Amino acid sequence: MGMAVTAACHLRSADAGPPLLELGGVTKAFQTVVANRDVSLAIRPGEIHAVLGENGAGKSTLMKMIYGVFPPDAGEMRWNGETVVLTSPAQARKLGIGMVFQHFSLFESLTVAENISLTVPGGVARLTTRIREIGQRFSLPVNPVALVHSLSVGERQRVEIIRCLLQEPRLIIMDEPTSVLPPSGIPALFDTIRELAAQGCAVLFISHKLEEIRSLCHGATVMRAGEVVATVDPRRASASELAHLMIGREIPHPKRSAPTPGRDPVLELRGLSQPSDDPFGTGLHDVDLRLYPGEIVGIAGISGNGQKELAALLSGEAVLDRGRRDLVRILGSGCGDMDASRRRDLGLAFVPEDRNGRGSVPEMTLAENALLTGHAQGMVRRGLIERSRMRAFAETCIREMGVRCTGADAEARSLSGGNLQKFIMGREIRLKPKVLVAAQPTWGVDVGAAALIRQQLIDLRDAGVGILVISEELDELFEVSDRIHVLFRGRLSPALGRAEATVSTIGDYMTGGFLSPDATEARATA
Amino acid sequence: MGTMLVFLLSGTLLAATPLLLAAMGELIVERSGILNLSIEGMMALGAVVGFATIMATGSHWLALGAGGLAGVALSVLFAGVVLLALGNQVATGIAVGILGLGLSGLIGKPYEGMTVAPMKRMPIPVLSEIPIIGPGLFNHSLLVYLAPLLAVGLWWMLRSTRVGLVIRAVGESPESAHAIGYSVLMTRFLAIMTGGFMAGLAGAFIATVSATLWSDGMIAGRGWIVVALVVFATWRVDRLVIGAYLFGLATIAELLVQGAGIRVPSQLLTSIPYIATIVAISILSMDGRKMRLNAPASLGRTYNSTA
Ligand SMILES: Nc1ncnc2c1ncn2[C@@H]1O[C@H](COP(=O)(O)OP(=O)(O)O)[C@@H](O)[C@H]1O
Ligand SMILES: [Mg+2]
Repeated sequence: MGMAVTAACHLRSADAGPPLLELGGVTKAFQTVVANRDVSLAIRPGEIHAVLGENGAGKSTLMKMIYGVFPPDAGEMRWNGETVVLTSPAQARKLGIGMVFQHFSLFESLTVAENISLTVPGGVARLTTRIREIGQRFSLPVNPVALVHSLSVGERQRVEIIRCLLQEPRLIIMDEPTSVLPPSGIPALFDTIRELAAQGCAVLFISHKLEEIRSLCHGATVMRAGEVVATVDPRRASASELAHLMIGREIPHPKRSAPTPGRDPVLELRGLSQPSDDPFGTGLHDVDLRLYPGEIVGIAGISGNGQKELAALLSGEAVLDRGRRDLVRILGSGCGDMDASRRRDLGLAFVPEDRNGRGSVPEMTLAENALLTGHAQGMVRRGLIERSRMRAFAETCIREMGVRCTGADAEARSLSGGNLQKFIMGREIRLKPKVLVAAQPTWGVDVGAAALIRQQLIDLRDAGVGILVISEELDELFEVSDRIHVLFRGRLSPALGRAEATVSTIGDYMTGGFLSPDATEARATA
Repeated sequence: MGTMLVFLLSGTLLAATPLLLAAMGELIVERSGILNLSIEGMMALGAVVGFATIMATGSHWLALGAGGLAGVALSVLFAGVVLLALGNQVATGIAVGILGLGLSGLIGKPYEGMTVAPMKRMPIPVLSEIPIIGPGLFNHSLLVYLAPLLAVGLWWMLRSTRVGLVIRAVGESPESAHAIGYSVLMTRFLAIMTGGFMAGLAGAFIATVSATLWSDGMIAGRGWIVVALVVFATWRVDRLVIGAYLFGLATIAELLVQGAGIRVPSQLLTSIPYIATIVAISILSMDGRKMRLNAPASLGRTYNSTA
C-alpha cells in the first residue's frame, strides 16, 4: 500500500493542510430534475467527511461526478489544488480516487479475484494473495476464489472496499455503506474506515443516519434538494440539529394510540415448516403466527434468519402444495397454494424488501408500475388500460409520499432507492388492503420519509388493517409495533408486548434465547 | 461397412465444422450481451462471396478470408444499428439477416449450379494410416482440425484471460462495466465483428470446402441451428463442441438412413438432427442454477451508455 503512513500523524486532526479535493459551483441536471445546484465541498487528507442528506438530495449524483461516471453541467473540481476535468472512472482511479458504490458494481458470475482484476492490474493469481493480505490488514475477511453470487451483502461490500484499497487510493468514496449491512456488521466497517483515515486516506462517507455520522466523521456537508445547506462539525452538532438541517424541519415522531384489535385473525400461520428454495437460504421451522385486524405485529431479527422465506410464503411467491394450504390463512381461508395475485384478491398487500425487480419493474414508468398491483382500482376497464386513472393514481402516490422524481412517466430505475421505496409503500397503502405485509418498509429511506411511512402504517392500523412488519431496525419496530416476534434460524419466538419488548429481551431472542434447551444446540454456535 | 463408417466419421466432421465455427463466433457475441439473429444471412453472404472469390482466384484460402470479411461487413451494419442507433436487437438481427440472404441470392445468380475443385486435404502423418479412423478423422483440410483447437482456445480465453473476463463482465452488466471504466460499446463492437467473421467464414467453408458448389439457399437454416446451439449449450464452449458434432453426426446418419432405403417419412428424417441435438443438450443443461450462472444477464437488452 502506498498510503502515506508517516504523513498521517500530523494530518489526523483533519483541520490542517490544504484540501485534497475541492469542488466549486458544481451543477448537474437530469432532464427537469436539478440533482445538484452550485455545490461546493472540500476534504483534506486523512479526513472522514460526511455528505448528509435525505433520499434524492443528490448525494449519489455528486459522488458519481467526483468519480468521473458523468461530467457536471457546470462547476469546477480541484485535486491537490489543480483543476481537473474527469471524463471517466479510469481517470479518477489514476488520480487516486476509489469508490464503493451504493448499488454494488460486482459481477455475480465472476469470482472475487476476477472481479477485482477487472479494475486492478496484476493477474488473478497474484491478486488472490494480495486480497488475503489486505483482508487481514484491515479485518476484511473474504474468500478470493468464491463466486460473487454466493456472497452475502456484507461480504460483497468487503470485496468492493478491498477492490478500492488495492488501488492505493488517496480518497475513498463510500455511498451509503451501512445501508446494506446488518447492525452487527457496522462497527467492523467503522474500524476499517478509521484505520484508513489514520493512514492518511481521505474518506467521503455518505449516509442519512445521524448517529453514525456523529460518531465517525470529522466534517459534514449537509445537502437538501440538491443544494448544500451547511458545512458543520458533526462531533459538535446534536443529532436533532443535523436532522433539522437535513430535512429543514423537526423530525416528526409518529403519533400512536392504543390498538383496538379485532377478534378474528386476518393472517395466520399454523405450525408452518418449509425448507428454503435457495440452497443458501434458511428454512422455516414450526412457525405459528396470528395477526389481528387493527394491530401491527413486528418481526425482528437479523436478515438471513428466514425473513426472505417467510415473506415469500406470505406473499405467494412461494406456494405450498394443496394438502397443506390451511397452514397459511388470510381472513380465515386457507391460501397456502394460491399465487400472489389470488392472495391480493383476498385483500393482501405486500411490500417486498427488494424494490427493484420484486417491488417494481425497473424499466417501466411509475404509472405502469402503479398498474401492476393497482389494476383493481379502476385502472382497467373491460381489459383496457384507463391511462388517465393510472396516471392520476401514480401522481397521487408521488405527491402524498413526497417522491422526488420527474413525474409519473419517470422510469422506476431512475429513482434513488429510498424514493422508489416511498412510491411502492404509497402504492400498496392506497390499495386499501385488509392485510399488509411489509418487509423492511423504510430500508434506505431517510428520517423524514421514514417517519411519514411509519405514521401511515399506524393510521392504516387505526383504520382496521392488520399489518405485519418484517424489519431489521429495532427502533422502527419499537415505534410502530403492538407486538414483536423475533425470527432466529427459521424459528419464530413468542410475541412480546410493547411493555416487555426491550432492547435486551429482543437482543436475547435474536441469539436464540427463546428456544427450549433441547433446541439450543443451534444457539451454542450462534 | 468399412466405407460407410469412414463416410460417417468424415461426413460428421465436415458437417460440424462450419456450425462450430459460426457458433463460437455467436457465443462470443452473446457472452458480451448482444443477441445476433442475422447469422443465417451472414453465412449466406460469406458463402457467396467465398464462392465468387474462388471463381476469380482459384484460392481456397482467399475464398475463406473473403467470406469472413463479408460477414464483418454485414456486422458493421448490425453493430451500427444496435449499438449506436439503439435498435432492437431481435428486429435488427432478423432484418440484417434477410438483407444478407437477399444479397447472396443476387450476387450468386451467375454462379448457380457451378462447382469448384475441393480444398487440398492435409492427411496427418501416422494417424491417417489407421484403418477406418485414419481416413475418417485424419484426412481433412486444415480448418477441420483447426476448429476444435480454436474451441479450446476460446474456452481458455473466456476462462482465464483479461479479454474473456471483460467480455463476460460486459455481458452480465453493461452498467457496472461502464461504471468501472470499460468501454461497453467497443467491447461489444469487437465481439460482433468477430462473430460476423466467424459466420462468414463458416458460410464460405460450406460453399467452397464441404459442398464445393453454389446453389441459392444452400445454408438452409444452419444459421438458425447455430443460434439454437449456443443457447442450448448454455453459453458454454464445451457443450457447444458436443452439440456441433452431435448435429453433424445426426445429419450424416440421416443421409445414411435415407440411402439405405428405410421407409420413414422424409420430413421426420430431416427433423431428426434438430430434435436429437436439442434433446441431448437439454439433458446436459438440466441444472437450472448452473444455466443461470452462464447466461449473460444483459443478453438482448438495449444499453444506452449516455443515460
Ligand atoms: N440517471 C438519472 N436520470 C434521471 N434522474 C436521476 C438520475 N439519477 C438521479 N436522478 C434524480 O436526481 C435526484 C438525486 O438523486 P441521487 O443523487 O441518487 O440522490 P441521493 O443519493 O441523495 O439519494 C433524484 O431526484 C433522482 O431521481
Ligand atoms: Mg444515493
